[in-house]
Amino acid sequence: MSRIPVSALIGLGFTGLYFFVAIFAGWIAPYGMAEVVGGVWEPSSSQSWLGTDSIGRDLLSRMIYGGRTTIAVAAAATVLSFVIGSILGLTAAVLGGWVDQVLSRGVDLVMAIPTLIFALVVLSVMPVTLPILILVMGLLDSTRVFRLSRAVAVDITVMDYIEAARLRGEGGGWIVFREILPNALSPLVAEMGLRFIFAVLFISTLSFLGLGVQPPLADWGGIVKENKDGIVYGIPAALYPAIAIATLAISVNLVADWVLGRTSSLKGGRGG
Amino acid sequence: MADPLVDVRNLKIEATAYPPGEPPQDITIVHGVSFTLEKGKVLGLIGESGAGKSTIGLSAMAYGRGGVRITGGEVFVNGRDILKLGPGGLRSLRGHEVTYVAQSAAAAFNPAKRIMDQVIETTLAHGLSGRAEAEARAVILFGQLGLPNPETFGNRYPHQVSGGQLQRAMTAMALCPKPDLVIFDEPTTALDVTTQIDVLSAIKEAIHDTGVAALYITHDLAVVAQVSDHIMVLRHGRMVEYGDTGQIIGAPRQDYTRALVSVRSIEHEEKRPTAEPVLKVEGVTARYRGTDFDVLKNVSVELHPGQTLAVVGESGSGKSTLARAITGLLPPTRGRISFAGRELSAEQRARSRDDLRELQMIYQMADTAMNPRHTVGTIIGRPAEFYFGLRGEAKRKRVQELLDEIEMGKGFIDRYPAELSGGQKQRVCIARALAAKPRMIICDEVTSALDPLVADGILKLLLNLQKIEGVAYLFITHDLATVRAIADSIAVMYRGEVVRYGSKSDVLAPPFDDYTDLLLSSVPEMRLGWLEDVLKHRRMESAGN
Repeated sequence: MSRIPVSALIGLGFTGLYFFVAIFAGWIAPYGMAEVVGGVWEPSSSQSWLGTDSIGRDLLSRMIYGGRTTIAVAAAATVLSFVIGSILGLTAAVLGGWVDQVLSRGVDLVMAIPTLIFALVVLSVMPVTLPILILVMGLLDSTRVFRLSRAVAVDITVMDYIEAARLRGEGGGWIVFREILPNALSPLVAEMGLRFIFAVLFISTLSFLGLGVQPPLADWGGIVKENKDGIVYGIPAALYPAIAIATLAISVNLVADWVLGRTSSLKGGRGG
Repeated sequence: MADPLVDVRNLKIEATAYPPGEPPQDITIVHGVSFTLEKGKVLGLIGESGAGKSTIGLSAMAYGRGGVRITGGEVFVNGRDILKLGPGGLRSLRGHEVTYVAQSAAAAFNPAKRIMDQVIETTLAHGLSGRAEAEARAVILFGQLGLPNPETFGNRYPHQVSGGQLQRAMTAMALCPKPDLVIFDEPTTALDVTTQIDVLSAIKEAIHDTGVAALYITHDLAVVAQVSDHIMVLRHGRMVEYGDTGQIIGAPRQDYTRALVSVRSIEHEEKRPTAEPVLKVEGVTARYRGTDFDVLKNVSVELHPGQTLAVVGESGSGKSTLARAITGLLPPTRGRISFAGRELSAEQRARSRDDLRELQMIYQMADTAMNPRHTVGTIIGRPAEFYFGLRGEAKRKRVQELLDEIEMGKGFIDRYPAELSGGQKQRVCIARALAAKPRMIICDEVTSALDPLVADGILKLLLNLQKIEGVAYLFITHDLATVRAIADSIAVMYRGEVVRYGSKSDVLAPPFDDYTDLLLSSVPEMRLGWLEDVLKHRRMESAGN
């Protein structure tokens, strides 16, 4: 077991903290998510550490519950996009020919439309519920994952061991999951960290615009939206979610970097 | 006696290794090697990969490649210790007093610049002469090196000339600044034998004409014997033997040198063809999709059970394409292929599982032929599982059996390819092919990426396995020494056609056609003066015509 570098430790610590708080939000948050505990935009006090929001709810509790929603939606969308994107991408690379053409051109078509506008159009006609949000974000993001996994796999499919497997008569399943996937994993894992952060930003953007997570459910983008008017009066309530998003983004990426380094050294042998 | 040009004393070189899962370790690559080189002489450094020959060669310009550090000893060039030089001193040494010719000219040239600009670049950078003068010298060198149209050769781009010409252009680049010493690092290893002989003679004449001293690094003793005055044999970073060329190849003192000299002396008795061939290729013509050029033209060969058919030719002759046609990866446009008495479908996907099982393949690069993320057990066990349904303990037992057959002991089963040596990797690939219990194995240049002694071991293993398992080999190679060692019949290919085909004794006996003659006479022989003899012979022939 090689030593974990300091940067990765910091990243792991913060990421773990965020996920821990998100998972156990119900126990950790001092007040309920929609509970009114004081006046409008009260400064921080011993009762509410971060003060209260635009209608007097405890901001810390809103942040904690909001983190749970944001992280859960982003994580679910990322997993969905990776399952769809990498399976289709690897399949396109292995099968080639018209399958590859149809899938790749389809992805090009979707990617030609700006993601945010596409999502806004879709969400304005669909009911905005969490499953729909996850589905829309996951599908839109899977085009990026498709591109990456196809590019990585195309390099691997020309290796002799893939040809050897084909000559043996192996089916697509073995070639995709046993021959290619283990070798494509490290760039995909690194990309997963990045994609997760993009998903966090995306859901926050949607919520800010009012087409994401709907009130009274809290999420970081929504908290910025509710408290943005306070900035004019010097109320920092809208800045806390921004800080949370930034620190989460950096720490997840520190972890992804470390995982990338570890798995790519695995390529040669068994790195501990 | 005057001071020698190069005087290396007790050279010690270290590098840092990063074994997976362990802390980095310092390992010694070169253990106290000493030698001297007089002006105008050529010293051959010879050894297997990992022997430290390139590392020692580069130390003559005080350079350590890829984290390699020179940690001890002295290297005197023209009387001063170059290891003590600062960056400025090294700059004036490198590319002026000492120059370097790399193995792969194609990778060493910048594809976006004309050859002339690159050849005279160091000369101009060192301010040794003006552009016109340097270009004039380059043209003279092009002529000396036998390049076509020396006046205009430099105007071309690297992709517009052949690999052999590019290698000679790089030699011109090294000679242009009038160095005292040139380091040749495997300059002909990547070339075909028919090209190698031209480059070799060009290098030899250029060394002779310019009076430069040279370090000639190679793994091929027969090649180095043609150009060098002295030879140093290296192994594991230590000197094994040092002597003049005649003594080293005529009367080697050390066992290791003797093994190198006698390499490729496997005796193999030719077997007569049997009644029913296992593979019959009839009139096969093939082209790659989207091209209108036939890479295989009307090829017909037969392979008999338990025998070896060697397919010989230089790169681009279509020998690997023939393998692709037989395996069904490139369906032929015309002709038929029958296997074990039944006709094979042209498309690999349409073949039965038994057809696939009985026709196995071993690749040139064992590195890329094995999935780096699979263990040896998975790699060898998969065909046993896939074709014979072996699982769990039965599969493990079968893998162990196969590992014994390829003379690799226990403990390899859970290793990853990266933890094996080059020869072991190729053995695992052989075991993977055997696991399918095939009738026939296509061996595509299986020994050309290996060191001579290791390659010898692989060939012996293949012959042995043929005796035990009765498997037939279609052996694709460009190396005629290998062919002599193992073939029963031979097909010589040239530009997609079989130009000569028959039993080994017939093909290798005169009268020869022109191409076979060229091919056979280009194979370096382990004796002094071979190069001169061949060239003299060829000149006489062309004068006679």
